[in-house]
Amino acid sequence: MLDTSPPEGVEPVSASVTGLEGIPAAWSRGDEILFPPLDRYVPAAAALRRGGFLTCIDLCGVDYLRHMGRALPAGVAPERFEVVVQLLSHERRRYVRLRVQVPEADPVVPTLFHLYPGSENMEREAYDLFGIRFEGHPDPTRILMPQDWEGHPLRKDYGVGRVPVQFKEAPGPR
Amino acid sequence: MTGQLTHGPGSRAPGAPTEPPDEVEPGVDLAGELDADVEARLEAETSEGPQELAPEEATEEVELLIEQGSVLRLPEDSAAEAPLDPDRDNVRFGEGETMIINLGPQHPSTHGVLRMMLELEGETVLRSKPVIGYLHTGMEKTAEELTYFQGATNVTRMDYLAPLSNELTFSLAVEKLLDVQIPPRATWIRMLMAELQRISSHVIWAATNGMDLASTTMMIFGFRERELLLSFFEKVTGLRMNHNYIRPGGVAADLPDGWEDDVEVICDTIEARVGDYDELLTGQPIFRERTEGVGVISPELAVALSATGPILRAAGVAWDLRRSMPYLAYGEVDFDVVVGTVGDTFDRYAVRLNEIRESIRIVRQVLEKMPPGDYRVQDKKVTPPPRARIDESMEALIHHFKLFTRGLEPPAGEVYVGTESPRGEVGCYLVSDGSNKPYRMHWRAPSFVNLQSVPALLRGGLLADAIAILSSVDPVLGEVDR
Repeated sequence: MLDTSPPEGVEPVSASVTGLEGIPAAWSRGDEILFPPLDRYVPAAAALRRGGFLTCIDLCGVDYLRHMGRALPAGVAPERFEVVVQLLSHERRRYVRLRVQVPEADPVVPTLFHLYPGSENMEREAYDLFGIRFEGHPDPTRILMPQDWEGHPLRKDYGVGRVPVQFKEAPGPR
Repeated sequence: MTGQLTHGPGSRAPGAPTEPPDEVEPGVDLAGELDADVEARLEAETSEGPQELAPEEATEEVELLIEQGSVLRLPEDSAAEAPLDPDRDNVRFGEGETMIINLGPQHPSTHGVLRMMLELEGETVLRSKPVIGYLHTGMEKTAEELTYFQGATNVTRMDYLAPLSNELTFSLAVEKLLDVQIPPRATWIRMLMAELQRISSHVIWAATNGMDLASTTMMIFGFRERELLLSFFEKVTGLRMNHNYIRPGGVAADLPDGWEDDVEVICDTIEARVGDYDELLTGQPIFRERTEGVGVISPELAVALSATGPILRAAGVAWDLRRSMPYLAYGEVDFDVVVGTVGDTFDRYAVRLNEIRESIRIVRQVLEKMPPGDYRVQDKKVTPPPRARIDESMEALIHHFKLFTRGLEPPAGEVYVGTESPRGEVGCYLVSDGSNKPYRMHWRAPSFVNLQSVPALLRGGLLADAIAILSSVDPVLGEVDR
């Protein structure tokens, strides 16, 4: 459920930051969300950075395989994966959330590392658990799972409960 | 064979020939020498592949530039394709020989199964990289299989030194999804518990930090004070850790009779004991020598690396979610945000020590202002009915049955909630598809993000200082790896 207008007394960030024109925006439970298309993702983040959003507080992937009918604003076509970024402005005391649609066929997103070096670990985690690749990331390796692990565990089509606990001596997962 | 093995006193006559014990693998010489193939096998078994730190000579200059944070000094638009400038970018070290050593994953100073790979030249740490994931148990995946009531039991096990902060964040996120307002008493009880949790987490940090800097007295002191708090938690929640006390809709139970007396004793005791810590460590020349000017981080770098909590505040950024974006009733209590000036290890120590005092201040105000009333929301769709009502009301029975078979079913949507845990901003991103389990729960673990600052803090320092720095970051590996 998304609202199209901000809660009373809250000024939308997109009104005071230049460079966000035409990016679909919505509100969810009082949080502001922008839905930039893939090619405007990094420019939108750069615009927000110039607008005072200096910290990438969180970045994660979501696999919407079993929830493709989610609410999205007009003009945004649902894709299987989303990359969700929370940016924080210390000066404005505000969060803003970016949700980027990532197609299943080619799950590649440009990295935010060069704007927000703090996104390094988070992008590695999103790659590790969802298989979303971040183009231009300086260290595109897995971070939580072993490097030779097959599959990306947080995908919705990744089996649960079938893989034995991994020890070095034990036979491999499959 | 040169090494003499002893099998306990009296087990062998002196001078008798020694035989290697049976359990030693063939190829392993007890003097410490390994056969080449055994060495190769051990290396293959313990290797993390490209997740490890590559030696400097095998790393390209652009990558070294990125590691040094040079990208931060460039205008953002040109950062990605900035050319290398030999005057500015002196990224290679001298001619000296470097070596890579592992600190951990089994090392007491890493506070868990953290593996730090350090590239050393002599005793100087040039580059470093944390290798993590040894404790990964897929808790975010598990969260997708648990109902909203069960979810709190999962998240409470992530940051095991501040379980109540985790429960609080999860509960706030679920309540934001459900759009319920919890009663004032529940809010104030949550605040009381969260602040006591902060004290408990900071004293255990002071204890382990003291231990890392060879002050065993401090370690005993810290654990002693924590015991006081854990007994109070046990009295209130029934458990010393992993309480599942703060739940969506309020808290599990009201505070026990006489809780005011206990809290007063805790406040008075801890306040006096923090004075003891001050006396023991703050002015102590060895402690200051080891912490002052060690592991300095600038405010710009801390902000860029997404650091939160005491690391950010020690660098001089007055950012505390309790003050900046107040949740619960933090807007109604009086406290100071403690800020450092230099951003070194000593500042991080001082920030935490004074945050204990500020938390005591908050707890004393909570003691005065604790409102009467319900400790959980009286919304029948969220809170199970009391046992006695089930016998007399059909409706109560239905609600009870629905809540315990299906659980909460928040409307579809997604929320992010961040709160200030002892280690920084702990955040919960929750996606609901309208069913009784979260579609996706992402945990923004402060230790996981703060670990990114460690290579910047360690650069150019001494190996002995690396222990002090690592300890001052206060990572909890349970939440790093989740």
